[in-house]
Amino acid sequence: MIRDITIGQYYPADSVLHKMDPRAKLVGTLVFIISVFVFHTFPGYAVATIFLAAMIILSKVPVKFMFKGLKAIVMLLMITVVFNIFLTPGKVLWQWGILHVTEEGLKLAGRMAIRLTYLVIGSSLMTLTTTPNQLTDGLERLLRPLNKLHVPIHEIAMMMSIALRFIPILMEETDKIMKAQIARGADFETGNIIQKAKNMIPLLVPLFISAFRRANDLAMAMEARCYHGGDNRTQMKPLRYESRDYISYVVMWAYLGIAIVFRIVGI
Amino acid sequence: MGIIKAFKLGFDYLKYDEDGNVQDTQRAVNDVNLDIEAGQFVAVLGHNGSGKSTLAKHLNALLLPTEGTLWVDGIDTSKEPELWKVRQKAGMVFQNPDNQIIGTVVEEDVGFGPENMGVPTEKIWERVDESLKKTGMTSYRYHSPNKLSGGQKQRVAIAGVMAMRPKCIILDEPTAMLDPNGRKEVLEAVSDLNRREGVTVILITHYMEEVVHADKVYVMDNGEVVMQGTPREIFSQVETLKEYRLDVPQVTLLAHELHKAGVDVPEGILTTEELVNALCQ
Repeated sequence: MIRDITIGQYYPADSVLHKMDPRAKLVGTLVFIISVFVFHTFPGYAVATIFLAAMIILSKVPVKFMFKGLKAIVMLLMITVVFNIFLTPGKVLWQWGILHVTEEGLKLAGRMAIRLTYLVIGSSLMTLTTTPNQLTDGLERLLRPLNKLHVPIHEIAMMMSIALRFIPILMEETDKIMKAQIARGADFETGNIIQKAKNMIPLLVPLFISAFRRANDLAMAMEARCYHGGDNRTQMKPLRYESRDYISYVVMWAYLGIAIVFRIVGI
Repeated sequence: MGIIKAFKLGFDYLKYDEDGNVQDTQRAVNDVNLDIEAGQFVAVLGHNGSGKSTLAKHLNALLLPTEGTLWVDGIDTSKEPELWKVRQKAGMVFQNPDNQIIGTVVEEDVGFGPENMGVPTEKIWERVDESLKKTGMTSYRYHSPNKLSGGQKQRVAIAGVMAMRPKCIILDEPTAMLDPNGRKEVLEAVSDLNRREGVTVILITHYMEEVVHADKVYVMDNGEVVMQGTPREIFSQVETLKEYRLDVPQVTLLAHELHKAGVDVPEGILTTEELVNALCQ
């Protein structure tokens, strides 16, 4: 069971968004997030909604997956909305004791709720349509200019993809150690939170030792296969822009243009 | 000169104290002379701690000799600028299949070596196709390595080495963590490569059955090469092998015991058929 767990939340499907270059998707997500903050009126949010809805339809990912990501921020969303409603000064609509609801407060709360929700849906749309590996590749290429500032982009990307590859292996290992320790009388179930944390020691120590050992072996195996960092390295699957990626960039910039025009005109 | 030649090779593991001073040295390889011809299937035997893995790491320049010299295809491994050339010529497969696969998809892992060597993209694909075919893993190319069996993972690792087009491959106990089926699968793939592609194979192991078909066997004990010769020459000395804490194949042992008991069978029998033939004469 532990073996089948998927990393990230990639939803495999055959759609334009899935085929798009990960760089274009990363930039697109960023543009969408910026636009959500540039728009500040309800007609503007309507445009953002249409854009987002169009993307969801294009992605062929069932809508319920989009809302899964929202569960994590429900609390944050509630707190933001409540504080904004009750604590914004302005024209009072309703009052009860020290609590008062103002027109400005309602507007602000609505705006914040829309922004937060769209931000989460927008970014989960990206992670749902891109495999973690493509994401790492895309990030590596996009951040390559930082190499000039001596930021080891290639190495960071390599670490990320190795970490992704080892998550299932280490999960399996955890499972194995846990069973072995339970067989020796270890107790991972009872006690309060501090006791439970203490009980994890016989699990964590062997896990860490084995992880270090694996890292050592892997480093040796990589060296044996001539790995020497990102210099003079070619790629088996280099990222290439295709016509659909250029089109998507045009759409993106047009959309951002609309957002800026809306802001200037003040709609 | 053979493809791999060692002259008086010695290596010390150093133990450091907290200040970084050498506290203790431990001799892992001592006065080893090797001469391996291109295209041979060579086996290195030895029990745990006999220095065979340390020797293997020298062949790939992962460790550099403290004493003596080692040439791989005529290149001295201690010459720093030649390091990557040595590693490309002598590929290495390790014991634990999980800890040597880097890619998240089989074909990406096979392409890892050529990527590091700076091979152009189209050529990488050619090499990947070719070495997947050679190891019979083509149908698994889009699979995640996590879903493969141990034997299949080791074949992926071998394919990854083959994609670098090495002249020889060194396998450091490649079957130690596999079940009998996996062991058979990996050994078949290796001997196939040796026969069909003419790749020099150096197999390090402690399973005697795996070395029966080797061209030459080296036996190591305490960091030194204590015996060398054809499998027949080695396995005819059952008592000496036992001193080095090694077991001979069961058939050989049976023949040896029969010989001792006065039955007329020659020493150094390697396979069941041979014993059957010898007994039925």
